Amino acid sequence: MSRLAERLAAQRAASRKTLTAFVTAGDPALSATVPALHGLVRGGADVLELGVPFSDPEAEGPPVQRSSERALANGVTLEHVLAMAEEFRRDDAGTPVVLMGYLNSLMRMGYERFARRASEVGVDGMIIVNLPPEEAAAAQEAFRARDLDLVFLVAPTTTTERAARIAARASGFLYYVSLKGVTGATHLDVDDVARNVVRLREVSDLPIQVGFGIRDAASARAVSRVADGVVVGSALVDIMGELADTPESIPPRLEAWLGELRSALDAP
Amino acid sequence: MPRSNRPPYDAPDADGRFGTYGGRYVAETLISALDELNALYGELSADRAFQDELATDLARYVGRPTPLYPAERLTAELGGAKVYLKREDLSHTGAHKINNTVGQALLAKRMGKPRVIAETGAGQHGVATATVAARLGLACRVYMGAEDIERQRLNVYRMRLLGAEVVSVESGSRTLKDAMNEAMRDWVTNVDTTHYIIGSVAGPHPYPMMVRDFQAVIGREARSQCLEAEGRLPDVLVACVGGGSNAMGLFHPFLEDEGVDMVGVEAAGLGLETGRHAAPLAAGSPGVLHGQLTYLMQDGDGQIMETHSISAGLDYPGVGPEHAHLKDSGRARYVAVTDEQALEAFRMLNRLEGIMPALESSHALAWVIAEAPRRPREDIIVANLSGRGDKDVPVVAGLLDAGADGVDGSPDGGAPA
Repeated sequence: MSRLAERLAAQRAASRKTLTAFVTAGDPALSATVPALHGLVRGGADVLELGVPFSDPEAEGPPVQRSSERALANGVTLEHVLAMAEEFRRDDAGTPVVLMGYLNSLMRMGYERFARRASEVGVDGMIIVNLPPEEAAAAQEAFRARDLDLVFLVAPTTTTERAARIAARASGFLYYVSLKGVTGATHLDVDDVARNVVRLREVSDLPIQVGFGIRDAASARAVSRVADGVVVGSALVDIMGELADTPESIPPRLEAWLGELRSALDAP
Repeated sequence: MPRSNRPPYDAPDADGRFGTYGGRYVAETLISALDELNALYGELSADRAFQDELATDLARYVGRPTPLYPAERLTAELGGAKVYLKREDLSHTGAHKINNTVGQALLAKRMGKPRVIAETGAGQHGVATATVAARLGLACRVYMGAEDIERQRLNVYRMRLLGAEVVSVESGSRTLKDAMNEAMRDWVTNVDTTHYIIGSVAGPHPYPMMVRDFQAVIGREARSQCLEAEGRLPDVLVACVGGGSNAMGLFHPFLEDEGVDMVGVEAAGLGLETGRHAAPLAAGSPGVLHGQLTYLMQDGDGQIMETHSISAGLDYPGVGPEHAHLKDSGRARYVAVTDEQALEAFRMLNRLEGIMPALESSHALAWVIAEAPRRPREDIIVANLSGRGDKDVPVVAGLLDAGADGVDGSPDGGAPA
């Protein structure tokens, strides 16, 4: 069982909701990322999503777009991202790290080379926004050989029949996209999420994390009632952008901000 | 001209693959919309009533068939192969783009979607989309890069007159690729009510196939017109390639005609050696962007590179996946011509034939100007004149006034050599 699967199983056994935190690697500076990741863990993150910046992030709203642009302006490459994961791992052997990005970054490096490097540095899985299961065979084979989980997304528009097919190929967890829209959108409908997560539970036992549109403690708490956990990202990268000029203030701010979400998730 | 003994050309397969290219690399939210579109398109492409409706619109609204025009003075000046121009510039709205938007608007109507969106580079696809939206009473929003809005003001104004909302895209390189990103974001948000009218043979399946089929009317007409005029098929077809829809539309009906060569002309911008161009087939490598696996201009880390072309419609770092397949299979070949060569072709056609080509189409003409003199007079070249150049007058005038290509702005400045 992978580090990610183990962690999520333990969370479920302890009835603890999983808090997954996203930041973009290299934003707002190359040196900011690893301290930020540790700050997020101190704030209560159970799983970390490290964004691989891409020039054409077609599923992202303005916060993650801006964050990718800041990172790319710093010259971040996939090798840098892997080095950041490696540095984080030296001081944190337990928290799963999942890379999130677009397929072209990995295709360019080559799936096998990427999978070998990712596994060496202690990355646990991948979320690839523009890789539906039908196109995933080659990448998934390379990931499986290195025990990397490939997390698939399920959307409000996904039929139940298709969701079952996706779940059959997924590992780690299922990422339920809470709304029709881009990351950071503001039209979250919790009742709609609840209906769809229930539908998803009928076809899969995998943990379900809900992301897109969760911006504060209230929405996190509401969504976590029906799911195994929530993913937050846009709100965090906005904080990182605001504090670009004072990078030393980023980790404590992230810790405090995420701490509030943690408390809301853990409140009885 | 003998048809091939090889199995018929039937790409793409059911997964939208042209050889290894194409596919559907999109966010999960869009899969159901692509499934719906693919199923409906499959049904309607075999539906007689739909095809009749489309043919009627193409005849009465678009003005088809467009002429296959023998460019006699150009031919005489070049002193070699006989040059025919397929006059897509005479279509309603002034470019081939309308062939596709008329078809996709009928699909939107069948799907009951009251809103359409589009990306546009030169603005011709935006105008063609705004036009069909006005005609069918659909709400329309067009995404256009801020830089393109600057250089294609006339088309921006036309779109607004047609009732479309034009959104300026400020992200990334502020050109066509960024407009497409923004259109994908709109579509993923409004997928229930909105049909995305992609303007080229690009994007996720079924778009490359569907847009090609709608544009194939160009090649079907050219094929029968050439047979009628010359009693035989042409020796070579040539068209400019940005995303590649006018080229694919011309090429496709000839793919099984073994004796017909095909040449796609990309934008070499300031020169391939400068890196400031938009020629992924000539100088790029395979990768995934905008839902498709195809040739891209990308750096060593897989980041998409900024492109340059004098022509906004060719200023795109990718290319339709079927062109990638035709390149690898050798059925078509791809070359690139510079901004300067395209400008020279633009001026030459004005002076010799009284036709003002779009700067996009001028790239195909630049290849003709270089190639025709090398061929015997018996050879026939069919060049796709994909659009008219009115939209480009401010850009061309600016360059000529500035003396950028070494001549003054007077109407007879420079020799058509």
